[in-house]
Amino acid sequence: MPEPPHFRRILILWAALSIIATPIVVLVWAPGLPPGNGSNVASGQVTDNAVLLGVVTPIAALMIVFFTYALIVFRRRDGGPEEGLAIRDHRGIQTTWLAATSVIVLLLAAYGTIRLFDEGAGGGQGPDPVAKPSGSVLPVQVIAQQWEFTFRYPTFGGVETPHLALPVDRNIALHVTSLDVIHSFWAHDLGVKADANPGVDNVAYVRPSEVRSFSIRCAELCGLFHGHMFDTGEVMSDGSFLAWIHRAQVAFGPGTGALPKFRSHYNPAPHRRAG
Amino acid sequence: MNSVAARWLAIVVGTVIVALAIGLYVNKLVRAPTPVSAQQAGPAQAQLTLGTTPAVGKLGGQPTWVSYLVREGGQWKHTTTFDVPAHSLVHITILNFDGESGLRNPFLSQVQGTVGGTMQLDGKTVKNISPDAASHTFTVPELGIVIPIKGVADDAPNQCEEMPCSLSQAHETVTFTMRTGKHGWIRWQCFVPCAAGFFTGFGGPMQTIGYMDGFLHVV
Amino acid sequence: MNTERTARSPLRGLIGFNVVSGILLGIVGFYFGWWLGHQIHFTNYEYVADTGQNDIALFLAYLFFVVGFLGGLGFLRYPLARMTGREPSHHENEEGGIRRYFGLCTDHKVIGLQYLLGIGIFFFIGGVNAMLIRAELLRPSPQLFGAGNYLTIVSLHGAMMMGIMTSGVLGPFANYFVPLMIGAKRMAFPRIESLTFWLLMAAGAILTSAVFFGGLPTGWTGYGPLNVQANMGMDSYIIFFILVGVSMTLLGLNLIATIVTMRAPGLTWGRLPIFCWGALSTSGLMVLAAPVLAAVLLMVGLDRTAQTSFFQTASGGSPYLYENLFWFFGHPEVYVLALPGFGIILELVPVFARKPLWGYRLAVAGMLGVALLSFFVWQHHLFVSGINAALRPFYMLSTEVISVPTGFIFLCGMATLWRASIRYTVPMLFCLAWFFNFFIGGITGVFLSDTPSNVSTHGSFFVMAHFHYTIMGGLVFAFFAAIYYWVPKMTGLRFNEALAKVHFWAMFIAFNSTFAPLFAAGLLGMPRRVSTYASSLQPINIWVSVSAFVLGLSMLVFLANVLYSLVIARKPAEPNPWDSKSLEWQVPTPVPVHNFDKVPVIDSEPYDYGTPPPPPRPAKAPAAAPG
Repeated sequence: MPEPPHFRRILILWAALSIIATPIVVLVWAPGLPPGNGSNVASGQVTDNAVLLGVVTPIAALMIVFFTYALIVFRRRDGGPEEGLAIRDHRGIQTTWLAATSVIVLLLAAYGTIRLFDEGAGGGQGPDPVAKPSGSVLPVQVIAQQWEFTFRYPTFGGVETPHLALPVDRNIALHVTSLDVIHSFWAHDLGVKADANPGVDNVAYVRPSEVRSFSIRCAELCGLFHGHMFDTGEVMSDGSFLAWIHRAQVAFGPGTGALPKFRSHYNPAPHRRAG
Repeated sequence: MNSVAARWLAIVVGTVIVALAIGLYVNKLVRAPTPVSAQQAGPAQAQLTLGTTPAVGKLGGQPTWVSYLVREGGQWKHTTTFDVPAHSLVHITILNFDGESGLRNPFLSQVQGTVGGTMQLDGKTVKNISPDAASHTFTVPELGIVIPIKGVADDAPNQCEEMPCSLSQAHETVTFTMRTGKHGWIRWQCFVPCAAGFFTGFGGPMQTIGYMDGFLHVV
Repeated sequence: MNTERTARSPLRGLIGFNVVSGILLGIVGFYFGWWLGHQIHFTNYEYVADTGQNDIALFLAYLFFVVGFLGGLGFLRYPLARMTGREPSHHENEEGGIRRYFGLCTDHKVIGLQYLLGIGIFFFIGGVNAMLIRAELLRPSPQLFGAGNYLTIVSLHGAMMMGIMTSGVLGPFANYFVPLMIGAKRMAFPRIESLTFWLLMAAGAILTSAVFFGGLPTGWTGYGPLNVQANMGMDSYIIFFILVGVSMTLLGLNLIATIVTMRAPGLTWGRLPIFCWGALSTSGLMVLAAPVLAAVLLMVGLDRTAQTSFFQTASGGSPYLYENLFWFFGHPEVYVLALPGFGIILELVPVFARKPLWGYRLAVAGMLGVALLSFFVWQHHLFVSGINAALRPFYMLSTEVISVPTGFIFLCGMATLWRASIRYTVPMLFCLAWFFNFFIGGITGVFLSDTPSNVSTHGSFFVMAHFHYTIMGGLVFAFFAAIYYWVPKMTGLRFNEALAKVHFWAMFIAFNSTFAPLFAAGLLGMPRRVSTYASSLQPINIWVSVSAFVLGLSMLVFLANVLYSLVIARKPAEPNPWDSKSLEWQVPTPVPVHNFDKVPVIDSEPYDYGTPPPPPRPAKAPAAAPG
């Protein structure tokens, strides 16, 4: 009995599965995935994930087709040969595999870099950001401490608030810092994450694109109440935001009055002192 | 020892020992809160009296650690989990026997989230205190409540060193009223770096439930 | 000597250099160190008085515990004999029944079995902690252990698994089988080989003792400055990882020396079994990375005791320094966990596919490539930390490039299945599950390595699911493949195959049912290491917890199989049940103390399976027969 054309069969099955699955994954499934479209960077991440899914779906299809085929067809059968076919190598396959994986990897890295330089993709970029948005930027300081985030608005008299509100469709620079240990500011719905390091001004950019509330969590283990460091922030229209910040200036006047002058970070004191 | 029965016996004994060890281990780690209930003080109202001390003394496992306590029936009890009624007004009195430390974030020197936005400090209505005079705070971030607690002056006579402190010893009294919401477990904590000796004043009692941290169990 | 021992009463047998003396002397040492620490750092010293924490006393207590433990085991006899000019013994405890397993023994086969049992114990403890974590996460707010003890459990689970399981494959299987595979009579440094095992046991005991000293809140990564703020339980973690680091370094050096210098005549590099290549490349990583871990934790220890400030911003230090040094170890570490798995899979698949390993050189290149590249990717753990933002594209590229050599391993495994005659034995099922799990682990790594995508997934359950797919789905599945494959050789006994199959299917299904939904939890915004989460995520978490409990039960099935097959039934295994052509199956069972009467001479390629392919027909191009 002549050996059936395994290689061609697998290629055909793979091509068929990829052609069906990839558009479904990329066009139907991926756009609805988190973090959603709460901001420019969140939308960017959704697009980014869609592209990555477009690359990995055919690879996954190859794995599924190959293993399903091989495990069924190349199993040991009763009365069949005891031993497999002693093939040790194939230069063409090796070269093709090496070339294909290298090209995919380089393309992925290039694409990721391009996306990264699109305003930093929502990640903390340290005190000296390399990817900045064009146009005016509203600075907001995020102060992490064990175990709460507070927020300071330097352009509104340095007022500090226990909750975060942001105006919609404005470039925001989040200046994330910590008063004690490492925390991480994570606004999941806005696609923003930046570690809060003591003595460091870690800047992340975001432009919220819809009026909504969003969750805030700490994403770096910071001690006892790490799991309780959560809050809900609000994206508001320009008018509502101005009204909110003016109310905050009145309501938190006494607390703000006790604060030191606004700084990009506050050096934590060691506080190893007697009681 | 080579008989099958002996080997079965060894396996059974071993299994029992392992099960016992796991039981002891879990028992050591399981939180065993002994909550103290706030006292009923009228319809949808409750009353709770807390105390803070520079050292918990014999009442706690770590005698030198700073701690919150609760006063019930004229006695100090060492717990920081309190049952409070839902959708009610809770009147809380805090008797502070500890000295001044100073806040890490001076913003928290402002009273926040109480009924009326104020508290009573030794009978006077105040909206904030000096951040450097703060000894502790009673803060419930989920409910937006911040109560800065003024410390006993360094030169005050008759200071309490460790629990149990008597009410005749030097202390500051803070009272306020807060509103509770729905059922649940809500954490509260102190924000003054008051854990003497620990890095940034935030280790030990600040990171151990039962000292400067606890839960409001809204029932 | 043997007859003399059997004549003694059982109680007399306990006296001497063994683990009982080790534990007793260790406890004496512990209390001596504790006392000494209180003399140096006395109790009315202000810091100690305020905090109730005497870190110096605990460090010294652990130090003297280790010294006493090793002394009781007899590790000091050799150096003391050399120092006093006496001729020391070169073989210890190589004869003498069951007693060999409870002390210093220089027989690599005894050490392999010691490792298997010892690692099993700590794997079990780590697993119990995992069950407790999932029990707490049944509800969205902390009710069972509370915020603090929950973090202790998470930290102990992570540190135990990452610390002890680094030696999970190399400890038992490389120590046992590398000398047999290369035709050597022993390892290069047998006494050090035993030391690596007993150091690991001391380390595991010390980490577990953290619950008596206030636990630790930092997770297995132990980031500063939280590690300075933490209770005394942090000292247990520091000593634990330093001992693990020393043990890893010595194990790596020993394997490198053995494989490089002690191969039998004719065993050229091109004939070295692929498992030995896995062990060799892992050893290289261990030797280069583990000392960095020991050093950085020593710095943390100094911060905690001598009040230095390596990682404290206010005094001129930097938490970034810790993150860099830790991950400079930590990323090679995850490949220390993965590479032995690669070795086992590629070693076993040819046996059950009845084919030679396809692309031997490519597989070796893949392992060495992964090992080399793993030193250049560590900052991908710090993409959002604010450190070196301009370097992020480089770390994104290096991380993605590492998938090229990993792809070689996949290609070699897949092509070995090509036109094979696959036998679905239990070890083979675990190997095939490895391909499935590791592929999911790898493909989700594509998203994590891509910086923009990483912003949302970093520090979330997505990462947690990813590394459980690579480490548990990779290493632990390979570990079980190796157990079912090699334990019949190690013990001469056969596993119950029905129970083994139940174990495999329960574990495979429960594993995927546990960790696949956690990708979704992470994408939906659930951070790692929290005891509270949004109540909308409760259904996912209940599903995951129940699956995790089934996963735990599947481990109990395995345990039952071990107890039933190896203790109760004790059915002898066939001498070569898998029909393997590898050298370790050609020696008799039980393996003689010095393995080979005559040093074997190797004159053939490894993996000499299969029927030779027919000569290509001239009419057809070779492309029709790939592989």
